[in-house]
Amino acid sequence: MSFFFEVLLGGLLAGVMYSLIAIGFVLIYKASGVFNFAQGSMVLFAALTFVSLLERSVPFWGAFVFTLLIMLVLAWAIERFVLRQLVNRPPITLFMATLGLSYIIEGLAQAVWGAQVHGLDLGVSDEPFELGGMLLSQFDLFAAAVAGTLVVLLSLLFNKTRTGIALRAVADDQLAALAVGIRLHRLWLIVWAVAGVVGLVAGLLWGARLGVQFSLSLIVLKALPVLIIGGFTSIGGAIVGGLIIGASEKLAEVFIGPIIGGGIENWFPYVLAMLFLLVRPAGLFGERAIERV
Amino acid sequence: MSTISTSRRMNATPLLQLEHISLSFKGVKAITDISFSVNEGEICALIGPNGAGKSSLLNVINGVYQPDQGTICYAGASRHRMRPHDAAVQGIARTFQNIALFKGMSVLDNVLTGRNLHQRSSWVEQAFNVGRAPDEATEQRRKAEQVIEFLRIQPWRHQLVGNLPYGLQKRVELARALAAEPRLLLLDEPMAGMNRQEKDDMSRFILDTQREFGTTIVLIEHDIGVVMNLSQHVVVLDYGKKIGDGTPEQVRVNPDVIAAYLGTTH
Repeated sequence: MSFFFEVLLGGLLAGVMYSLIAIGFVLIYKASGVFNFAQGSMVLFAALTFVSLLERSVPFWGAFVFTLLIMLVLAWAIERFVLRQLVNRPPITLFMATLGLSYIIEGLAQAVWGAQVHGLDLGVSDEPFELGGMLLSQFDLFAAAVAGTLVVLLSLLFNKTRTGIALRAVADDQLAALAVGIRLHRLWLIVWAVAGVVGLVAGLLWGARLGVQFSLSLIVLKALPVLIIGGFTSIGGAIVGGLIIGASEKLAEVFIGPIIGGGIENWFPYVLAMLFLLVRPAGLFGERAIERV
Repeated sequence: MSTISTSRRMNATPLLQLEHISLSFKGVKAITDISFSVNEGEICALIGPNGAGKSSLLNVINGVYQPDQGTICYAGASRHRMRPHDAAVQGIARTFQNIALFKGMSVLDNVLTGRNLHQRSSWVEQAFNVGRAPDEATEQRRKAEQVIEFLRIQPWRHQLVGNLPYGLQKRVELARALAAEPRLLLLDEPMAGMNRQEKDDMSRFILDTQREFGTTIVLIEHDIGVVMNLSQHVVVLDYGKKIGDGTPEQVRVNPDVIAAYLGTTH
């Protein structure tokens, strides 16, 4: 039984890492109703910038602050030169723009920092330790604490302030939002900047785990089932979705895997997401779409 | 072209003046050299056949479109163009021809977005519900409820707007505009697609708005009967040009207007 809990807890903690990626998507989805395809590239770009600065013997916090500034500048540039031109266009146009952005950002990262794989050590040990008879990863606990802090901060910022209502308004109808005096451009800037910061945090944690390399931008694909289960518009949903994915894929691997030959960890989340699409297309916490016909 | 009666303008000051406004889309002229003024506190109707440039003109006034030529003088300040946000800040609220509500939000939340510019508390105050935030939230809610009551949409206040019938959605959109406490209200076909009863209700709400709050209103409407009853000032457009401007009585007998509406007799 304790083995079951050990697997479950390990899975939940791994799930937090998925949640971190998913949160970045939720923010931009809330503000423009599109899946930001460039989020993965932003994660990569942030991690790569940070690690390259470290390797050029910039101190840890200096590199962190500098990367943070770079992400803010990136958000500003995206709003100024891409999004601003696309006000009041259909969501598919915005989506295509994020697709293009993902290549630009990835190319930029490669052009500036090169394409080799970097190791990243955050100074948090990945040694497992024992707690009540279960082996836990110290690094996973650290990641969970960081994610928890982020969620609390973001909830305060986006649910308790008028920004929350403004975001929903903007996602619903940009023209009307402008007409009631909502500062669309500023809102987009804030959301992309915050998504960039979340991308930085996710990039550091994932980079420390997998090494900073170009495949990092592919974790976008891992965030999809999380978003489908949690709902695209809810920060809390991204956390719950991540936990469900993390726990279920580990449990499935350990307990169902041997029966059907193993290796199911990689596709199990997508099967789960598909089942959710059949039963609850808006996800657990997503806003249900209304359509009068 | 009919002349504007001098008595109408004598003791009133114009809130909005359009001077020689022209607008074209990729070479196609939508509006050609239109000038007229709207007095503070009056209801001014823009009428004309489909494609006459009425909606475009409204879009120029609140800054959705930028005119090629001409100036907009609003509340004493002259400018070449408005920006939608500046327009909102300066007290111009509007509704749209194809209802532009936030469909995934409740009636109350939609009306509250209209209060957007009347918020003073900072993010930090709101996030931790300290300082000005709690009082302000109560005050915003109270003002929103007032507007909801004024337009008699209390029974639906917690329903999602997307689920409401068309006529009610039009009313919610007016509520959102009124929540901003506008000085100038632009209504783009507030009665389109309504039956007689709904049109009467909407006319009543528009008149009440003018009387209770002294709001200046520019509206676009196709139902001539409604226009004649509702407005003190009528501007007639045809093919992007102004062909009539005056009181309803003056416009009704204007030969250019009659020709545009009924066709010229040959």
